[in-house]
Amino acid sequence: MERRVVITGMGIYSCLGKTLEEVRDSLYYGKSGIIFDPARKEMGFRSALTAHLEIPDLKKELSRNQRVYMPEQAKYAYCATIDALRHANIDQDYLNAHEVGLLYGNDSSADPVVKSVDTMREKKDTTLVGSGAIFQSMNSTVTMNLACIFKLKGMNLTVSGACASGSHAIGLGALLIKNGLQDMVICGGAQEVNPFSIGSFDGISAFSIRENDPTKASRPFDRDRDGLVPGGGAATVIIESYENAIKRGAPIIAEVLSYGFSSNGDHISVPNVDGPTRSLEMAIRLAGISKDEIGYINAHATSTPKGDANEAKAIYNVFGDNMPEVTSTKSQTGHEMWMAGASEIIYSTLMMKNDFIGANINFENPDEDSAKLNIPGKRIEKKFDTFLSNSFGFGGTNSTLIIRNL
Amino acid sequence: MTKEEMIAQTIEVLADEFEVETEVIVPEADIKKTLDLDSLSLVDMVALIEETFGVKIKGTEVASIKTFGQLYDFVYERMDN
Repeated sequence: MERRVVITGMGIYSCLGKTLEEVRDSLYYGKSGIIFDPARKEMGFRSALTAHLEIPDLKKELSRNQRVYMPEQAKYAYCATIDALRHANIDQDYLNAHEVGLLYGNDSSADPVVKSVDTMREKKDTTLVGSGAIFQSMNSTVTMNLACIFKLKGMNLTVSGACASGSHAIGLGALLIKNGLQDMVICGGAQEVNPFSIGSFDGISAFSIRENDPTKASRPFDRDRDGLVPGGGAATVIIESYENAIKRGAPIIAEVLSYGFSSNGDHISVPNVDGPTRSLEMAIRLAGISKDEIGYINAHATSTPKGDANEAKAIYNVFGDNMPEVTSTKSQTGHEMWMAGASEIIYSTLMMKNDFIGANINFENPDEDSAKLNIPGKRIEKKFDTFLSNSFGFGGTNSTLIIRNL
Repeated sequence: MTKEEMIAQTIEVLADEFEVETEVIVPEADIKKTLDLDSLSLVDMVALIEETFGVKIKGTEVASIKTFGQLYDFVYERMDN
């Protein structure tokens, strides 16, 4: 007997806000978090566009011996997780007494690697790299830090699935709960924002060069899109079995109905249509619902010409002319990459809870493929109870989550 | 650099890095207890001394340095004055 999985807490550290209320308002008013960063230009970047985010100062919250192992994305994840736990009414006593799991998406930690290598090259003495570097440099840095800070005793694993990492983390967490292996899992995604982390991405001309108008640069599905804008931060959702949530009197926000996934088995960077189509179809089949029940689709669409076009084709393949509203919140946040699959669950849930669908900002003219979708260029007030969220990544990894209001 | 200057600088960099009040760093105090050092953060203390004074403390030597007074003597002896 599969168990139901519910979301009982959310926390986020994003360019759209540091609290759920701030983020809700940013979504409602179509605020962009994108800026031009002159330092990137000096470093030789083709595009100096990025989401704007401050690294939190955690001196008051964490000891020096805790902070020293945390790169920026772990600090974002800590902030998001503290808020999500509070939102879910979970305190340290609960975490101490139960086997709570942790599955977090993260797929790089470039800044500490670059800094350590610089030190090793310059000083020729590995001691000078310091004790934090090894723990900051590993892909699992977020989960290793959070698991120790919160003294977690269940599943403890980082999910590295490129730009679908955060979504896979939630999906895999849901599977653990459905199958009775965990009662509660802290899930999420984190993304570093420093220039070193995306210099090589800039190098393959993937980024928008609309530098004269940063807030207009990320324009998923628009005919004149010219590439993505890198973003980041962290997003945490607390998921648990329905029974566990009821037993502890937790505030139930929504239900994770299903997790679909697939691999394109194709090109390393160019997405195709078949893989995403299968991920969507699997999620809908496992949710056991009719497509008509899906009131909103949060697309992966990153504002790249090929990616958006192929996702539009996949969505149209599945939904045909009976199309719910489709937007990409990346129009406001840029591409939050390893974080995106988790943050977009929070963005969509906030819209669902507040009866609106935020504008796919900068969507001015459709192209041949996006014209077949139902993309609001302006915010609409709409009640919906079920949404679908897509996340796709390099190597052809695809994840689709379907969430229902409770 | 005089020994007094070296001691003052040591206190300043250690207090700043390990987030303790300068007053607790006194010659007879135990380094590990005062700075809350474990095996990992001890590496950071060694690195900090090396960066600040150009004095390398080998793994075999660090075990014999228990107090700040012993640290000052060790560092001052090996500094290029």
